[in-house]
Amino acid sequence: MQLSTKHLLGIRDLQPDDIQLILDTATQFKEVLQRPIKKVPTLRDVTIVNLFYENSTRTRISFELAEKRLSADTINFTASGSSAAKGETLLDTVNNILSMKVDMVVMRHSASGAPHFLAKHIPAAIVNAGDGINEHPTQALLDAFSIRERLGALAGKKVAIIGDIMHSRVALSNIWLLKKMGAEVTIAGPPTLIPVHIKEAFDVRVEYNLRSALEWCDVANVLRIQLERQNQPLFSSLREYSLAYGVNKRLLDSLSKEIVIMHPGPINRGVEIDSDAADSKQSIILHQVENGVAVRMAVLYLLAGGSTKP
Amino acid sequence: MKIILNEQQLAITIQRLTHQLLENHIKLENTVLIGIQPRGIYFSDRIVQQLRTLVAADAIHYGKLDITFYRDDVRTGLHELNKTEIPFSIENKNVILIDDVLWTGRTIRAALDALLDFGRPAKVELCVLIDRRFSRQLPIQADWVGRPIDSFITQKVKVYWQEKDGKDEVALL
Repeated sequence: MQLSTKHLLGIRDLQPDDIQLILDTATQFKEVLQRPIKKVPTLRDVTIVNLFYENSTRTRISFELAEKRLSADTINFTASGSSAAKGETLLDTVNNILSMKVDMVVMRHSASGAPHFLAKHIPAAIVNAGDGINEHPTQALLDAFSIRERLGALAGKKVAIIGDIMHSRVALSNIWLLKKMGAEVTIAGPPTLIPVHIKEAFDVRVEYNLRSALEWCDVANVLRIQLERQNQPLFSSLREYSLAYGVNKRLLDSLSKEIVIMHPGPINRGVEIDSDAADSKQSIILHQVENGVAVRMAVLYLLAGGSTKP
Repeated sequence: MKIILNEQQLAITIQRLTHQLLENHIKLENTVLIGIQPRGIYFSDRIVQQLRTLVAADAIHYGKLDITFYRDDVRTGLHELNKTEIPFSIENKNVILIDDVLWTGRTIRAALDALLDFGRPAKVELCVLIDRRFSRQLPIQADWVGRPIDSFITQKVKVYWQEKDGKDEVALL
């Protein structure tokens, strides 16, 4: 009972068995989180650094809670207010932290591939908490966990990923995971926000019409428009985007069946999704956040466990 | 290989332990039973099955406890996870922990730690089918023992259950 990898850099590197193991382990941790004392002593001899070179609310808090619920010692690093601002390189920063006897690194970075680079140069286990526009593996795992919890399985389920696919690490990790676990995937959004070769690369359907995508799917994962990563205008205005691709209650009610609505957060209310849809009973957005802690506990536990096998 | 308990002896032992438990916890008032995952639950299932023939079903509070997250060897290797189900409060209750084999005592240490995270029991007792004496690594003793045995550290005690292994038997390998 062990993951096939030493780090969690991306869903791309995982086997279906690994994904299954993480999700099953997360189920047990979810039970722990319902107990009167929501904490287990499992990782009491493990020290974890949360290295955040990019802003984050949910992911950082979720990882920190997961670590604390596992009794690990944690230190938090954010790029602003650190020596990174003085020009220290990533590798120097990490090596300095590791020399203080740290076992694991949870890292978010705006450069795609930063955790992969680090994995080649340091001995500690690395968990990718989002790298540029590449992957956000724990988000995909918690999305999968939430889908499985709501619909009972992943295999054969139809998932539409809607919005800014081009700049979304959540989209890429989700596609990798859903395809590996036998789900069907449709990518929907304006052509300017969908990478050209995605259809052939991943064997997914591409749909430019929101209504058709929603009619097709069991689950719609609505993504945030990542204005901070767009350095040229890719659609004329947020208002126009919202008119063509915004998910709202009226649209959901007009579908032939009730679909599940997901969003990785943070939500741009009134842009990619309206409040009446985001807060409806079809939405499992807050369950996703809740499940995030259990899923991250599972990842940390599985990577730390067996790490000093004699 | 030596048979310690055959099918009939195993059945009688479980019957005796069930009666002993009931004798000391009349009507099971304020008493709960908790089987330890993964192998202890087959034994606790049998005890509960017996109890059902002796007392009203709603008097029996029965849970299952997985101790994996409380093990002291997580860093050296991972173990299969199992379900924890304790659908009642253990606060101020007499808890009877049930496991198949008591050997080093480490599982029971972990079980006690796990249990205390669910509340503060009035008392905790331990019921085991097989007690491998003189092999303890921690100061832990059972209150109710099916069969005490003396064995070398190199030997293995294997408990087979019909529902899992196709036969009822305890053997020393």
